[in-house]
Amino acid sequence: MSVGVFILVSVIKSVIVLIVLLTAVAYTVWLERKVVGHMQNRWGPTRVGPFGLLQPAADGLKFLFKEDLTPPHVYKPLFLAAPMMALIFALTSISVIPFGNSITIGRMNIPLQITDVNIGLLLILGVTSMGVYGVALAGWSSNNKYSLLGGLRASAQMVSYEIALGLSLVGVLMQSGSFSLRAIVEAQGGRFLHIIPRWNIFHGQFIGFFIYLMAAYAETNRIPFDLPEAETELVAGYHTEYSAMKFAMFFMAEYANMITVACLATLLFFGGWNGPLFGPELLQAVLPVFWFGAKIFCFLFLYIWVRGTLPRFRYDQLMSFGWKFLLPLAIANLVATAIAVAW
Amino acid sequence: MSFHLILFLAFGAVCVGGAVNLLAQRHPINSALSLIAVMAALAGEYLLLGAEFVAAVQVIVYAGAIMVLFVFVIMLLNAGEEEETKGSRVALLLGVPGVLTGSVLTAWVVLRHSGTEAVPIGALPGHPTDIAQLLFHDFLLPFEVTSVLILIAIMGAVVLASKPESTARKVD
Repeated sequence: MSVGVFILVSVIKSVIVLIVLLTAVAYTVWLERKVVGHMQNRWGPTRVGPFGLLQPAADGLKFLFKEDLTPPHVYKPLFLAAPMMALIFALTSISVIPFGNSITIGRMNIPLQITDVNIGLLLILGVTSMGVYGVALAGWSSNNKYSLLGGLRASAQMVSYEIALGLSLVGVLMQSGSFSLRAIVEAQGGRFLHIIPRWNIFHGQFIGFFIYLMAAYAETNRIPFDLPEAETELVAGYHTEYSAMKFAMFFMAEYANMITVACLATLLFFGGWNGPLFGPELLQAVLPVFWFGAKIFCFLFLYIWVRGTLPRFRYDQLMSFGWKFLLPLAIANLVATAIAVAW
Repeated sequence: MSFHLILFLAFGAVCVGGAVNLLAQRHPINSALSLIAVMAALAGEYLLLGAEFVAAVQVIVYAGAIMVLFVFVIMLLNAGEEEETKGSRVALLLGVPGVLTGSVLTAWVVLRHSGTEAVPIGALPGHPTDIAQLLFHDFLLPFEVTSVLILIAIMGAVVLASKPESTARKVD
């Protein structure tokens, strides 16, 4: 593949992935409002379009046309930069996520992924760890005590849970022996006893998955770990002073992070795009991407379900859960996996 | 000039620019952010040299974890703008030429007299398996001793930071 074709293919892939991701973000918001609505015996959005399906578009227009307010007491450069940082880091991590096998157009073999690097998983961890700055700096630069508290909580929480998150992934890494997400998924092909798929969750990583799920909820600041924006105590936490599109950027970043986390859970524990293949050739080409999407949908639904079910933890509960329960459990899981792999 | 070299120079420029900005900024949070930019640009340099694993660790550990703690402390202390004193002016007058001479000397010694050669782009052992081989096989003992050393440092910090038992009980 020449350099020109490579750049062209990369740009096309990036544009497609970005459009799909942003659409998914918009419709995750719609799904959340709809599902939580039904859980609370309400209808959720119904007015704009059939089933309220055009609500995200209406919301987007509203965000664009609202007055972009910058309060006078903020530290302006960082106040402007913080939402951009949050969104940029949230969107970057999707670049190494593989969402299917490769397709062949003419003589070219194009992997369904923007780029496959052999440190893919580490790259995602690095980018998510940088994502803290958006939230922390938003809280600080707003020059408002509620925002500051939200920002402080966010950074403390994300740093604490990142350790458990990282350790929960090491088990998977030991089993597959690679940081490349594509290699990790390919290691999960096949079945045990012809029935149970060889996914990592059925391959001794159930506890690892549990730790990952808990830590991922905390990393994305979702209920029951949404302390950084706890409405009842902090107004809106770190984004109290933000309005219009700048607020929407935080919102998009949060949902993009949710999707990334769901992608990662699917890739690492649920076999990625592995699934039953049948039917004609065209269907066989589309099915892996469909399975991948379906698994992500299940995770997003779980997110919303949990939001509709659990109350928010207290801050000390959050910290002691992370440090005194999740971290030791992650280390125990790590040791057990190491022994099993060495066996 | 290859594309790699252009990128390498660009990251280097960001690195040096960030470092100068770190010193020039009056507000601690701006300095901390410049340092993050330096760390991230360094990671880019490592990546170009072929040390992917080191680059990722650089971002995760330095830019992602240590600098978060820096920013956290600055936010908690609510540190204000730095004031200019007589001492800081003297430091500026003597420090800038001093640092320039020092770095030129170091560069000269490293380039001419240490016998090291320039690393071609992409030549460092970068694959995670290579690093693992180095850490857990060739340098196993130093690696483990270092981890024990860090553990001792952590325990020392906990002991120093914790209150004496009698006062701690009163607080409870």
